[in-house]
Amino acid sequence: MPEVDLLASPAPTAGDAVRRRSAVVVLGLLGLLVVVVATLFMTWDLQGSLSFALKLRATKLAAMTMMGVGLGVATVVFHTITANRILSPALIGLDRLYELIQSAAAWTIGALAFLQVDARIRFLGITAIMVGFTLWLARVFLRRTAADLHRMLLAGVVFGAVFTSLSSLVIRLIEPSEFTILQDSFYADFAAVEEELLAVAGLVMAVVLVAVWRMRDRLDVMALGRDLAVELGVDHGRTTDQVMVAVALLVAIPTALVGPVTFLGLLVANLGYQLTGTFRHRVTIPAAALLGVAVLVGAQLVLEELLAFQTRASIVVSFVGGVTFLILVLREARR
Amino acid sequence: MSAPTLTSQASLRRTIPLGLAAVVLLALVSIFVGVSAVDPVGLLQGDPQQRTVLLTSRIPRTLAVILSGSAMGVAGLVMQALTRNRFVAPATAGTLESATFGLLIATVVLPASPIGVKMLVAAAASLAGTGVFLWLVNRLRYADAIMVPLVGIMLGGVIMAITTFVAYRWDLLQTLVSWTHADFSATIRGRYELLWLVALVSLVAWAYAQRFTIASLGREVSVNLGVDHTRTVLLGLALVAVVTAVVVVVIGMIPFLGLVVPNLVTMRYGDRLRQVIPLTALGGAVFLLTTDLVSRTIRHPFEMPVGTVAGVVGGTMFLAMLLRGRDA
Repeated sequence: MPEVDLLASPAPTAGDAVRRRSAVVVLGLLGLLVVVVATLFMTWDLQGSLSFALKLRATKLAAMTMMGVGLGVATVVFHTITANRILSPALIGLDRLYELIQSAAAWTIGALAFLQVDARIRFLGITAIMVGFTLWLARVFLRRTAADLHRMLLAGVVFGAVFTSLSSLVIRLIEPSEFTILQDSFYADFAAVEEELLAVAGLVMAVVLVAVWRMRDRLDVMALGRDLAVELGVDHGRTTDQVMVAVALLVAIPTALVGPVTFLGLLVANLGYQLTGTFRHRVTIPAAALLGVAVLVGAQLVLEELLAFQTRASIVVSFVGGVTFLILVLREARR
Repeated sequence: MSAPTLTSQASLRRTIPLGLAAVVLLALVSIFVGVSAVDPVGLLQGDPQQRTVLLTSRIPRTLAVILSGSAMGVAGLVMQALTRNRFVAPATAGTLESATFGLLIATVVLPASPIGVKMLVAAAASLAGTGVFLWLVNRLRYADAIMVPLVGIMLGGVIMAITTFVAYRWDLLQTLVSWTHADFSATIRGRYELLWLVALVSLVAWAYAQRFTIASLGREVSVNLGVDHTRTVLLGLALVAVVTAVVVVVIGMIPFLGLVVPNLVTMRYGDRLRQVIPLTALGGAVFLLTTDLVSRTIRHPFEMPVGTVAGVVGGTMFLAMLLRGRDA
């Protein structure tokens, strides 16, 4: 689409050049940060069989990369199509749905039988349900106004609460011994990722990411708001639908693979805007992706390896994420 | 805020006896349902065991359900009036989580203190938490009705994270879980009496109902009508805090009741608190009696925590409200 490209990249001015250079510098630094954190993660306090440890850590790192990139990018494009920056697609109860699917499946066919199902089939099934749920929610609520967006998110949060209640109901129906088998898969656990899944998941995510990247200029136009975007020749409705499909996949795949991590996307997307000082998607998308990986791997490193202090990562994540959200709300108010 | 029409007032008068009848009927069912057999024939014959079960377990439990259900309903109603937002309830304003936090702090700092003291600490914390919520909401750029409960839920999440962290450090995680899952299975004589306090609080709320209604019309209208707005709001929120704290201390968190029941009542009968408080109280009792019965029978002879059942039922009702509202 040459005309869109022209609009998205106007003739460069001196100020533009400076800004572009600083964005490049920031992205470069973030890339460096990711490399440093990843290297630290791979090499810190290696003990025992070197090849075994490295392989284990590489698997973990790959899973965390997928999660960081997926949630970061999904949140940025979600912010664009919904014209807000303080809400995130991870709020809509997907993590709780993940738990519910697991416990419901274990209840109906038995925990052992459930875990014996081919991991790839399980993964695809869970992903499909989560994507379907996200799209349904968007279709029902997202009628392209801000109030509807808030309504959708509130409904998503309430769905999350209902899912939690339902799964704790189901868990009580499961035999205790069966539950023990299942318990481990309920929490985000980067150690327990099945290797054969990484390839499948990585492939799907790569395709989605390429699709999003090719939309980057159209997304810049979308960010101008619906009316302007339509005037400039962007099919707003269709783009919204496409982006929602991408968001659903980018959030659901890592969640199905690793388990729930909320709030990460919100945190890194906003950090990205802050650091790069731009809303151009060609900058914010890679920035959020890099930050996602850096924050996730860094947090894991600090929590697991450096701090002897034992606390559950989920507690820290919901605290930091909630505080981030409240700060964003207050900042929005001051503007 | 719509004024109730004459017809709605007339039908309100007809609905209250119906509600009362429903509460009495459900209470009777609740008394006779359980693992240990209690039946009218045995009681009339003076079976000592049945008598004991009735007096120490069934009646206290049923009373506790009615008291906490009605009080949570009224608390939600008062909150919705004072914040002028129908999506605000103890569960969506950080109130519930703050009360739990206060209770945990009291348990850590003053482990030997009587339950009344812990309840006071919990009430103070829940009032403070609600204050933080109001402060946040007043700073919202867009006073969007839906954004308000979202902020409240997030705040509740943050407070709950801190609470879980503290509980984790002091090995009180199991205790915390028992507070967050409302459960009537341990309610026996001698362990529920604090709940009579919430009945008293609900009566106070009823006595002040007119002022709350006026306060719900906004600061300027209130001042014009000679009502001290700040003091009225503070009083109302203090009442809500006490109810929340007592229910959390004695029973545990009951989600969605304070949100769903008042909305169902006010949707039909308007927002004049003096008139709708009695029906809301009855509705809350019916809601909780029903969910308690379900939680007791769904996997007989085992029990589900009533909070879980209330979460599913109430949450689904709330979702229905949200889905319906989209056409409006």
